[in-house]
Amino acid sequence: MNGLSVIVKTVTRWVAGFIFLYGLYIMAYGHLTPGGGFAGGVILACAFVLWLMAYGRKGSEQLLPYRAAANLDSVGALAFWALAILGLAAGGEFFLNVIQQRSPGQALHLFSAGIIPLCNIAIALKVCASLVVVTLLLAVLRVAVNGTDEQFKSEEAES
Amino acid sequence: MVHLLTLLLVFMIIGAILALTTKDLLSAVIAVGAVGFGCSVVFLLLKAPDVAITQIVVEVLTLVILIRATVGRREVTASGTRDRPGMAAVAALVLLFLVFGVMAMQGQPAFDFGTPVMARVERTPSAFFLANGLRKTGAANIVSSVLLDFRGYDTLGEATVLFTAIIGAVAVLRQRGRRSTASQEKGDAS
Amino acid sequence: MIYVLCLILFMVGLYGALTQKNLIKIIVGVAIMEYAVNVFLILLGYRAVGGVAPIIERAGDPAFAGASVDPLPQAMVLTAIVISLGVLALLVAIALRLYHKYGTYDITEIRRLRG
Repeated sequence: MNGLSVIVKTVTRWVAGFIFLYGLYIMAYGHLTPGGGFAGGVILACAFVLWLMAYGRKGSEQLLPYRAAANLDSVGALAFWALAILGLAAGGEFFLNVIQQRSPGQALHLFSAGIIPLCNIAIALKVCASLVVVTLLLAVLRVAVNGTDEQFKSEEAES
Repeated sequence: MVHLLTLLLVFMIIGAILALTTKDLLSAVIAVGAVGFGCSVVFLLLKAPDVAITQIVVEVLTLVILIRATVGRREVTASGTRDRPGMAAVAALVLLFLVFGVMAMQGQPAFDFGTPVMARVERTPSAFFLANGLRKTGAANIVSSVLLDFRGYDTLGEATVLFTAIIGAVAVLRQRGRRSTASQEKGDAS
Repeated sequence: MIYVLCLILFMVGLYGALTQKNLIKIIVGVAIMEYAVNVFLILLGYRAVGGVAPIIERAGDPAFAGASVDPLPQAMVLTAIVISLGVLALLVAIALRLYHKYGTYDITEIRRLRG
């Protein structure tokens, strides 16, 4: 998949950073303002999709290769599960908000609500990486009727 | 407020009918995008900002994925509907469901628009979440505290479902395993 | 009534998913059904008289619990929206694979060209 013109590439270089920052904000303040892990993760994936469309397949390989995105997906899911087990390990029930019980922060500030911001970060990581994986596969698969198509050239070069 | 919501829902219905009857596939995808954006405005008017933000960004990604499926394919026009008796049977069934649904919703206090369940019944879970959310979890966004603390198990299940769907999509779209079996078949045939 | 309009939207999606021949139109019908169900759930939890969003702005406000809209359907619909995105991605992947194998999106043709 080829990229677009120079104007689009230049504007994308500025705008994608802002979209990424906005996604981080929605994810980090999810326990105080509307938003949360899911919306933040999807906005982060949108920033990557913009980069993919403007720079093409090779440009996005330099930013976030397919293997790294697939591994980040699993890391996000395992981190969410580990946060849930943390409640069980610290002597309570599954999914207990242990940080809120041990050291509650000040209400309505950023460092409050115990386990909830950490869960938001894990979920945003997972959702973003999942959508990046699916978009990379959908964008790169070039489908022809006769049955010949190409996949990732870097994957074939590795195998 | 009710009139604005009615107007938006009628707009969504017209968009949905257009999406399903137009011949061009790209127009159908853009019409479903319009339905999704109308959905997001409805959520905003119903005092649900969390859901509105999520609906808009998910709608954008859905449009990107659907346009990927329609642009660049050789066949960009739909080919009509199925046989006549099948269509008539489905239309009769749909009308039957509609009439039955309207009759079932008449006079029920649950479908009185504007009063939620909390205002009618004592000791609902939502009343508990609203009254004790800040004290028990420390989060100011009650929807986040419901999603990640009071009902965290549902979020764990949802993360699992998303993971499984993406693994399914990867398994359908991957190429490396198939190529080796395809070359084996070619070797057997030749 | 507004709930009847939601039901009509769901029926439009259902009719489209059952009678269309093109795979992409079937996927569009499924998406319309999902939007209708989400709107229906959020409509159930709305408070018309002095309703506010379920976000605490001042700690210790005693009138908040009696004035806020229902947060439980909002949490469930948030989950449902993200799941519908995953399901739609899977459906589009299957549709692309079918196009690759049979050369058409028409399901009657696909059934005929078996294997």
